[in-house]
Amino acid sequence: MIGDGIGSNIKKSKLINRRMFIASTAKAVVFFGIIGRLFYLQVEQNKKYLTLSDKNRIRENKLPPVRGEFRDYFGKTIAGNLDVYELHVIPEQVEDFRVLITRVKQILNLSDKNIDNIYKIKNNQKPWETIIISDNLSWNEFSKINYYLYDLPGLKPVITVGRNYPFNESYSHVLGYVAYASQNDLSSNEIINDRHVPGLRVGKNGLEKTFEAELIGTNTIQRFEVNAYGKRINQLEVQNGDKGNSLRISIDTEIQNYTSELLRYEAGSISIMDIYTGEIVAMNSSPSFNPNDFLYGIGSKKWKDLNSNPSKPLINKTISGLYSPGSTIKPIVALSALENNIISPDLKVNCKGHKNPLELYGSKYHCWKKKGHGYMTLSNAIKQSCDTYFYEVSRLLGVDRLNQTARKFGLGNIVLKDFFDNEKKGVVPSTKWKKEAIGQNWYLGETLITGIGQGYIQTTPLQLTLMTAQLANGGNKIYPTIIPDSNKNIELIKNQMENNENLSFPEDYYSLVRNKENVKFVLDAMFRSTNEIYGTSYSSRIEDPKYQFAGKTGTAQVKRITEAERELDLKLEQIPYKERDHAWYIAFGPYKNPRYALTVLVEHGGSGSSVAAPIAKKLFKKIIDRHEEREKIRTNDKLI
Amino acid sequence: MKSYSTFGETSFLQKVRYLDFYLLISIMLLGVISILAMYSTDISDGNFYHSFNHAIRFGVFFVFMVILSFVNIKYYFSLSFPFYVLVLILLVAATFFGTAVSGSQRWINLYFLNLQPSELMKIAIIVFLARYYHRVQPDAVNTIKKFIIPFVILIIPILLVLSQPDLGTSVLIALSGIAVIWLAGINIKYIVYSFLALVISFPFVISMLKPYQKLRILTFINPDRDPLGAGYQIIQSKIAVGSGGLTGKGFLKGTQGYLDFLPEKHTDFIFTLFSEEFGFVGSVLLLILYVIIIFRILIIGSNSRNYFGKFFCYGFGISIFFYISVNMLMVLGMLPIVGSPLPIMSYGGSSMLSVMIALGIVMSTRIYSREIIN
Repeated sequence: MIGDGIGSNIKKSKLINRRMFIASTAKAVVFFGIIGRLFYLQVEQNKKYLTLSDKNRIRENKLPPVRGEFRDYFGKTIAGNLDVYELHVIPEQVEDFRVLITRVKQILNLSDKNIDNIYKIKNNQKPWETIIISDNLSWNEFSKINYYLYDLPGLKPVITVGRNYPFNESYSHVLGYVAYASQNDLSSNEIINDRHVPGLRVGKNGLEKTFEAELIGTNTIQRFEVNAYGKRINQLEVQNGDKGNSLRISIDTEIQNYTSELLRYEAGSISIMDIYTGEIVAMNSSPSFNPNDFLYGIGSKKWKDLNSNPSKPLINKTISGLYSPGSTIKPIVALSALENNIISPDLKVNCKGHKNPLELYGSKYHCWKKKGHGYMTLSNAIKQSCDTYFYEVSRLLGVDRLNQTARKFGLGNIVLKDFFDNEKKGVVPSTKWKKEAIGQNWYLGETLITGIGQGYIQTTPLQLTLMTAQLANGGNKIYPTIIPDSNKNIELIKNQMENNENLSFPEDYYSLVRNKENVKFVLDAMFRSTNEIYGTSYSSRIEDPKYQFAGKTGTAQVKRITEAERELDLKLEQIPYKERDHAWYIAFGPYKNPRYALTVLVEHGGSGSSVAAPIAKKLFKKIIDRHEEREKIRTNDKLI
Repeated sequence: MKSYSTFGETSFLQKVRYLDFYLLISIMLLGVISILAMYSTDISDGNFYHSFNHAIRFGVFFVFMVILSFVNIKYYFSLSFPFYVLVLILLVAATFFGTAVSGSQRWINLYFLNLQPSELMKIAIIVFLARYYHRVQPDAVNTIKKFIIPFVILIIPILLVLSQPDLGTSVLIALSGIAVIWLAGINIKYIVYSFLALVISFPFVISMLKPYQKLRILTFINPDRDPLGAGYQIIQSKIAVGSGGLTGKGFLKGTQGYLDFLPEKHTDFIFTLFSEEFGFVGSVLLLILYVIIIFRILIIGSNSRNYFGKFFCYGFGISIFFYISVNMLMVLGMLPIVGSPLPIMSYGGSSMLSVMIALGIVMSTRIYSREIIN
């Protein structure tokens, strides 16, 4: 430091120190910047990053919820659960899909067709969507997969909840069935969307669908801590889900199974109702299908068969089938005429047979009986189901008055409002209806055929059951249901019904008629129809008063009969199946103290008296035998 | 400040008394913290490979540093050119014949240590330039003649390291060199011109960058561009730091680190792990510890009677600030991920060795502060 002198040295030192000072200031600024950044991330945004960190490390495993069960009136399980072992895979989470599938193929002995199918599914969906490799592993296969799981990354063995219907086809139309939730289920039902996990089965039909929200239950959620490679390190917690609510319905399995047996070789419907509580005791539609077939996904061939079967096994005929009621409408026509004071029960009409049919504006109106009934009164006309008599009654009554009475008793309307989404309303015609629906004026001739349950009028079997029940209880309003209500007291209901005639304010069980004697008259005629000689269902009667019932047959034409056909007078076997008449029978019993009403329909079965009434006879035996058991349950609060 | 005079030899004990104990204690404290942090990174691996190695290295290099402290600064002064040349030779060797790891050739295998000469160059450049400017008067600094040599000395290692390729280290070498040149009194406008030249050549430089380096710059601009790819590191690092909160998740309880969400948690992202476990408070305390170290280095520099020591301490003080802030700003998502270790904290022998050598020279400046070098 000698050479350049002291002055320049001071200058150099000053320069260095000045620059160092500037640098230090800059450093301080940067460090404060770092502290500010730390503060922003760790204090200001802590919550956000804490959430992100948890999202990083915590994986939720949602298990399928356990579905509530269905029980019958006596508490017997009619739709239960079973464990189903499935194998799922999410392609996105698999390193080498081809290798994995080959390994799985070896372990499970899958066929090449299965494998092709898996690739097909894979190509048709997003990589993050689950592929169900198998929905029906045996316990052995399931354990085998679990054993090899450590070198099958991405594969997910899943225990899911499947539905089991112990009574196979008996309840198919009432309960419906469950199957994998579709895209449509997810978008139309928020609860399904919320609880959904791959493999979840939801109600597709019937009560399974209607009560989805109650039945579905909540998911069990397992929380795992995973590392950056998705490997589970430990289980943090399990949040147990609740099983869905179980539902008890009013149907008696014994009777329900019996209806299946009775309709085994027929296409048709049976429905039975408690005439006071409105409870459905049995409701069946034939042919049916086995809902257990849907458990592992129904095969496309089976599904095609069900859809193309001309007897329509997928349709619940009891509520969705629309038919001409035929002569089963006559009690209502008679009641309507009496209520409106149109005729006296003594009105006499001469039924002269096919040689001299009733003629109106050039059209001929035949009675079903070739030889004719001769002079008929109202009661006899119901008993023997004389068409000619009812042509006359309905001509005098008019279609609009008939419409009012029929609607009051439940025709042309939904019966089980909150239970089924596929129930049909049917048609009870009126002049106004025709104007609106068809745009034409009403013809008198149409009134005549409406009076014998043909023409525009269309009802479901269940509507006729309700009509019969409301006649049998003396003409009082009831509320059909499929879920039993233990608060309903038969004595109270009966009491209300007996004293509702002159009440100015409406009761729950209000009277549907002006004069209850008119109902009694009709019921008496129905009794005679079944229990007196020449009655249309006389051959199906039961004389034991315990089982004795009253009813009305019906034979509904499915096409207009031509003169030529009338001349031929063909036997049932000679007519093509699809052109045969539908056989109806409506009835209630026991006659002395009625409690149950029912409807039997046999599609293309021929006449009501020869086909439908004998079925009702068998049913009443069963129903009355089960009655005591049923009442025990009703009066025992503690049960179920 | 007391220090022994140049006139006559002083006993070893006296030299020991002239050691800067604040600095020594701070370094030891930092060493302990770094070993604990390294232990935490090892937990998920189930072995203690990194923490064990780190502890051994810290121990050995710390002793080495203390030994270096007692070497007279004159020797460093006279050895500075050869030291630079030696490191440059090593750098050339590493660049052309070295061990390649993940596409970057920057190591020489010395069996006990994988030496990364570019780390040593960070120090060698300061030593060389401090020696160079020791005799240059401020007025002469801005002459072409006195500018060309430092420029060449600086640009050679930068280009070599850049070609390895190692963007982070080359930037830090450049910053260290520029810091000393600037302290020596270079006219600000030269730096401004160089910077402008750099900006103009930027598109050209970009085209020369490796694809992964381009990706890193793009990712820095928008980390969400590719959250599972290149942006992953930044996002995970921010999550780790942010989720630490005010006081942290607790020692050994950082989930981001433990569950392997943090990339390179032993090396460049050690601060992230530390910050997750010790929170804002811990991070600020760590930063304060670094500030104390820098402050002591600058104090030693200001008390040095020779320009070599002064330049070196100031230069290293600024450089270590650059190491720290580049690393922190990087893991906090404010700079692109360029790969730069946090001094002493990060795993890696070469980085620790070069920092310890520098601290040894600083300590020697302290003990021999009255030494006058002609």
